[in-house]
Amino acid sequence: MDTLFLARSQFAFTSIFHFFFIPLTLGLSIFTAILETAYVKTGNEKYKHLTKFWGTLFLINFAVGVVTGIVMEFQFGMNWSAYSRFVGDIVGVPLAIETLFAFFIESTFIGIWVFGWNKLPKALHAASIWIVALGSTLSAFWILVANSFMQSPVGYKIAANGSQAEMVDFFALLFNPSLWKQFPHVLAGGVVTAGFLVIAVSSWHLGRGTKERNAFETSLKFGAIYAFIGTMLVVLAGHAQMQNLLTTQPMKVAAAEALWESENPASFSLFTIGDEKGLKDVFSIRVPGMLSFLAYNTFEGEVKGIKNLQKEYAVQYGPGNYIPSIVTAYWSFRFMVGAGTLMLFVSLLALYKVIKENYTFSPMVGALLFWSLLLPWIANTSGWILAEMGRQPWIVFGLLKTEKGVTPASVVSSSELIFSLAVFVVIYAALAGTDFFLLKKYASAGIETAE
Amino acid sequence: MDLQTLWFILIALLFINFFVLEGFDFGVGILLPFMSGDDRERRTVINTIGPFWDGNEMWLISAGGAMFAVFPKWYATLFSGFYLMLILMLVALLFRGVAFEFRSKHESQAWRSFWDWSIFGGSAVPALLWGIAIANFMRGVPIDSSMNDTGGLLNLLNPYALLCGVTSFLIFTLHGAIFLALKTSAALKEKAMSLARKLWAPATLLCIIFMVCTVTETDLYLRLGINPGTVPVFSVLALFSVIFMLKKNAAGWAFAMTTVAIAFSTITIFIGLYPRVLVSSLNQAWSLTIYNSSSSLYSLGIMSIVAMIFIPIIMIYQGWSFWVFRQRVTVDSELEY
Repeated sequence: MDTLFLARSQFAFTSIFHFFFIPLTLGLSIFTAILETAYVKTGNEKYKHLTKFWGTLFLINFAVGVVTGIVMEFQFGMNWSAYSRFVGDIVGVPLAIETLFAFFIESTFIGIWVFGWNKLPKALHAASIWIVALGSTLSAFWILVANSFMQSPVGYKIAANGSQAEMVDFFALLFNPSLWKQFPHVLAGGVVTAGFLVIAVSSWHLGRGTKERNAFETSLKFGAIYAFIGTMLVVLAGHAQMQNLLTTQPMKVAAAEALWESENPASFSLFTIGDEKGLKDVFSIRVPGMLSFLAYNTFEGEVKGIKNLQKEYAVQYGPGNYIPSIVTAYWSFRFMVGAGTLMLFVSLLALYKVIKENYTFSPMVGALLFWSLLLPWIANTSGWILAEMGRQPWIVFGLLKTEKGVTPASVVSSSELIFSLAVFVVIYAALAGTDFFLLKKYASAGIETAE
Repeated sequence: MDLQTLWFILIALLFINFFVLEGFDFGVGILLPFMSGDDRERRTVINTIGPFWDGNEMWLISAGGAMFAVFPKWYATLFSGFYLMLILMLVALLFRGVAFEFRSKHESQAWRSFWDWSIFGGSAVPALLWGIAIANFMRGVPIDSSMNDTGGLLNLLNPYALLCGVTSFLIFTLHGAIFLALKTSAALKEKAMSLARKLWAPATLLCIIFMVCTVTETDLYLRLGINPGTVPVFSVLALFSVIFMLKKNAAGWAFAMTTVAIAFSTITIFIGLYPRVLVSSLNQAWSLTIYNSSSSLYSLGIMSIVAMIFIPIIMIYQGWSFWVFRQRVTVDSELEY
């Protein structure tokens, strides 16, 4: 097997796994901070119990997010040394700022929060979890500065000898339009992930007649509002992001829609089975004009097709194949949007229950609220698969192809890569199992155990 | 002073903080299974570093991040060239990181014992590997004209580097034992003190052997000259003085001295390397230096501003966290881990 395929597989595997934990860290840190603030403001012990309960689940999840994040930071140099040499001048900067400015406060204040319950005044202790939440959020921000550069490069020039890209405008990176679509989308995704977990666990406890009824009703109330706000934001931000992609990466949009030819007005695919080699439909149901509406908020306007873009890119970047895996882009987009739509309904249902103060569920509704906890994970994962796979063949759009970024086989051989990939698969599987076991144990044990 | 030199100093500072701070929590992790068989006592040992280890490890992560930003070619060559070694270190850090969090969250004896040994392995492996890595920075690795190190793992495991690995392992263990003597009480404190006294002689002996081997294996002494300056001398004197402090039960002073020894020997190594960051064993001209591996001046400028603001702030709030948790941890303390 060639090293490119193996390095890509390893990156995909370790980053998807890492991102199982990150959205929950983002969302649950803020959620825990809100609960502790309620405790400080009201003095009501119920909020302290809830803070400890959700805080414990937060910590079990946080640990895996941190350690798998270290792997990500090292992997650029290990498997993508040519990429690191070419864009380190630019991409390295936000990643370094992330460690100094965000990851550091997160890691230091998490220790202060866990060990400081009886050592710090209440308000200062609550402030420390807010600082952890701020650290997580900033951490996501800086990593997305790097990623949005890879999606849509700005503020750079190519060095005179062509050996590397160099930053010329740091603020252009910070105000990259892609970043300001991507960051709210990812952050809201974190809120949704935590919100649905809170809804699932709280309704499960209420459904089986817990003794801690009052606390879990409050928890459900907070969770339902949180999930609803998050879902609204994630949909709006996602919509804005898709519109932005039409200018930055129209090929990704075309692939996600299996839109072979440019259309005006463009149709939206409900269900397509395509012929990826022949670049044509085998079977397709499309809504006329709908894609133009999503793209431009009006039922007309041209959306470029795959074949047209391929021709344009071949002229612009030289001969080559500029079409990503269409089946991957198409279905990851549908999984993300499908899960998002379901989440909208479920969060409305949960909100309705909470407004009515009706905390008894039929078995059907109980099961729905519980199993919906999987939806954010489906959406998060497929969203990133679309973002990264839809950008191919580029590792940095328009600047560097993925195949040019990999470490030479003379430095890291395919057998070394097979070994490391196998190691990660085995360890991560064990880690996932162990983490799940602990999350389940503490989530089902209820509030008293977390104390 | 140019920005490349400034960043060479800052990266040295990040490594010094990493070795000094994570050094003691590696040491505590290594000693964990040998401090006590009793669960409550083991938890006490873990809780001495409970609030700190994650923040301490950040010095390594930020050193990696800073290398990526300011010396991307150093980052790329080092991380790809030391591939299998880094995989091993990542595995160790993976186990160690979750072990602290998971260990006491389940009652089973086998579970806790598994995570205790994970903490041990997760601390011992990086303590060894960092010594091996540093020795190879100085000794040189086969970097070719296109900055690729094709030496592989076996080339890194030469006797000189292994000697340095065992030395760093012992120094960190000694540093950790003294930290435990400072942070525990009663039986645990006695145990830590006696371990520290036993560890001092082999650690110091290996240090001396390592320094002698450095004469033939590297060009460090050639570069430092007849008069090496005060830094290396202080580093050796500090290590020698540790045993006298330990005999007088002055754990605080002993800890200050291991700190000085670790910090000053790290400085010595960086002075010996300057302006190189990774020596090529094939051709001196192919060595990576702070100049041929650096980012553009613009990126260096941005990073300098960021570092000048945030490194002092980090040291202040980390210092504050050490102050908040300054008390000794006893078996009767409320234990979070």
